[in-house]
Amino acid sequence: MEQVKGLLGSYRVLDLTDEKGFLCGKILADLGADVIKIEKPGGDESRKLGPFYRDIPDPEKSLYWFAYNLNKRGITLDIESRDGQQIFKRLVKTADFVIESFTPDYLDGIGLGYTALSKINPRLIMTSITPFGLDGPYKNYKATDIVVMAMGGLLYITGNPDEPPLRISLSQAFLLASAHGAAASMVAHFYRETSGEGQHVDVSAQECVLWEIANAIPLWELNKNILRRAGSYMSGRWTGTKQRLLWKCQDGYVLFYVLGGAFGVKTNKAIVRWMEEKSMVPEYLKNFDWSIFDMANQTQEMQDLIETPIANLFLKYTKEELYSEAQKRGIMLCPVSTSKDILENAQLKSRDFWVEVSHPELSTSITYPGAFAKLSQTPLTFRYRAPLIGEHNLDIYQGELGLSHSKLAILQRAGVI
Amino acid sequence: MDKKVFNGITVVDFGWAIAGPLTLKYLADYGAVVICVESFQRPDLLRTATPYKDEVAEVDRAGYFAYFAANKYSISLNLNKPNGLKIAKKLVSRADVVADSHRPGVMERWKLGYDDLIKIKPDIIMIRNSNQGLTGPAATHPGLGNHINGLAGIVNLIGWPEQEPISLMVAYTDYFVPHFAVTALIGALDYRRKTGKGQLIDVSQFEVGLQLLTPSLVNYSVNKKEEKAKGNASDYAVPHGVYRCKGDDRWCAISVITDAEWQAFRNAIGEPDWLRKPEFRTATDRKKNEEQLNLIIEQWTSQHEAEEVMRILQEVGVAAGVVQNAEDLYKDVQLKERECFWVENHKELGRFSHLGQPSRLSKTPARLYKVAPCLGEHTEYICRDLLGMSEEEYDGYLVEGIFE
Repeated sequence: MEQVKGLLGSYRVLDLTDEKGFLCGKILADLGADVIKIEKPGGDESRKLGPFYRDIPDPEKSLYWFAYNLNKRGITLDIESRDGQQIFKRLVKTADFVIESFTPDYLDGIGLGYTALSKINPRLIMTSITPFGLDGPYKNYKATDIVVMAMGGLLYITGNPDEPPLRISLSQAFLLASAHGAAASMVAHFYRETSGEGQHVDVSAQECVLWEIANAIPLWELNKNILRRAGSYMSGRWTGTKQRLLWKCQDGYVLFYVLGGAFGVKTNKAIVRWMEEKSMVPEYLKNFDWSIFDMANQTQEMQDLIETPIANLFLKYTKEELYSEAQKRGIMLCPVSTSKDILENAQLKSRDFWVEVSHPELSTSITYPGAFAKLSQTPLTFRYRAPLIGEHNLDIYQGELGLSHSKLAILQRAGVI
Repeated sequence: MDKKVFNGITVVDFGWAIAGPLTLKYLADYGAVVICVESFQRPDLLRTATPYKDEVAEVDRAGYFAYFAANKYSISLNLNKPNGLKIAKKLVSRADVVADSHRPGVMERWKLGYDDLIKIKPDIIMIRNSNQGLTGPAATHPGLGNHINGLAGIVNLIGWPEQEPISLMVAYTDYFVPHFAVTALIGALDYRRKTGKGQLIDVSQFEVGLQLLTPSLVNYSVNKKEEKAKGNASDYAVPHGVYRCKGDDRWCAISVITDAEWQAFRNAIGEPDWLRKPEFRTATDRKKNEEQLNLIIEQWTSQHEAEEVMRILQEVGVAAGVVQNAEDLYKDVQLKERECFWVENHKELGRFSHLGQPSRLSKTPARLYKVAPCLGEHTEYICRDLLGMSEEEYDGYLVEGIFE
């Protein structure tokens, strides 16, 4: 893990977020920024989030913390204390970004809101990640992942039609918001680099979830049609006809759908050929003209007639066999991967996707997902594992701010750092 | 006065469908000129899907395309004709960014791969969104975003315990890959401004998708544990779920984490006797008797409208939210207040809501500069005004069918 400057190598980010914003700073860190995670003395509450290394609940063993604070450095600081605020303001002077995910108005309330900080550093970009944004009637509404997923519209269209709407079991809403937060921060960054002016970026997680619901809004606005959940089927893209997305095979599931139009022809023909080879093709599919097959004219009855023999074909194989055949035959099909499958995936390996990061205090190294993009001139870099509690206090407080040993001792005893 | 962040930046987008164009939505919404290269032979995929205005299936009546295409320009150009390609290359020579979201190989067929582009414009930034990246054994395997729901394992995290998983209906990664991709793209623009160097950005939808599943992947790599679907339950909150409310298919999500919230929840719904039962006293008790608890809570929620459940609980500081469908979202007071949708008259669609940006920048807010383009709407403008083509030259191409 060599020191490469990367796209944001000369910029610093002060990261005040909890799990609602971790990924935002992580993305900026992957791009090379010096991201300093600021925790309250004793460590962030988010360190209690599992899973844990070897299932041992311990603030220094949270895999959730590891995952989304990779590449950051860490200090402890009580930003509610007077001394802490002074130190924070000193850090703000030389910082380029502050990211936070407190409830709206909290930072203003303790004198560290955007207005106050921009006076210290007019170039500062401050990014606030909240469930519903910093203004509007719901700004003070409380929300966890499931509530934001509900309010943003993804929940309603997920699940079986006769059952309650379903969430994704791993919390997603604030990861979406954090990823967008990084993008919007970069927009503000580009503006700053050309104008010299910083600004405040106000991210609504609800609106980030709203980005995920495909054509649901225009479907309502134009046709007064409400997109409804349909289990493992796709609906609402063409006619009322539903297309099966999830198919059972011998050892799991694969993702596949029968698509119309020019885009689906190759896959559909290849599937029929495959069925022919296995003598599994029904009469009506033998000379089927896929070039005029159009989902817009497709009835459910016809769709089912096409899907039934395909389902029988898939049942003969394992997901690995199906994926390998699909690749040979140019069929749009993917396995439903387990974590094990993903860690062993040949494509990811051939692209050197995984990064091994050393955790000396655990006497081990851990495999993490690597770069989210490959840049030919400025590759993303992986420099540090997630910080231990207060790991870089000395580097920052002594090395940079020049606080003496005795001053540090006082601050530590007072619970400021 | 408008402050356009990307004032003067020109993007030529050869891509289609969702992840690619949505990446460039950022640039368009903040003031760049983003040109979608399409043709009537090869319209954007989203122009061929519902909904259509008055259910008339025409490319300019497609709401799915228009919803995401605010602020963009469209040129119709047949790239399979030499003169079509010639114009495309002229566009590249004027561009800062060239984008593509086809299967690797498609751009190369047109001689528009990165190696071709740098001959035309040495400092070009090229961003390529594909399912599995530009290299590796599966690079050219065809697929759409929905397939990545499977490949990245997201489907395995949706469902009820011990039951068959349930697929998302949407191409989930397609809509968030843009957030990641654009951070790299904007960074590359800034890098070029400072160094004069362009570059190639290779974005794999699969690899970006995994960024939202990191804890479960690390859990496997460290503990050999496969994360499983848990219905709507949470390890940290109980009650936690989606509860049926009064009306047809109406639901409210509720999530109670702390004991203080549990107390507030009990008070808010009037402290019925059953809530004082010892089996619900502590979080551990509640977790143990979660199923029973959920059934009883639903007896209360089902007597109220979802909006009322949300209001009652939010008033006492308990996280709760209506499971909003499209109509709810369309009318949502919060989204309205934040001008989340950009509503404007579109000549084919009428009064139409375009999707905005999910954040507000205090000094340079994104806004609607122009409504979504009809196919080829700006062909003449781009050829004549941007590329400086003479009328004669343009008419010649027109007759030749280059713009069809």
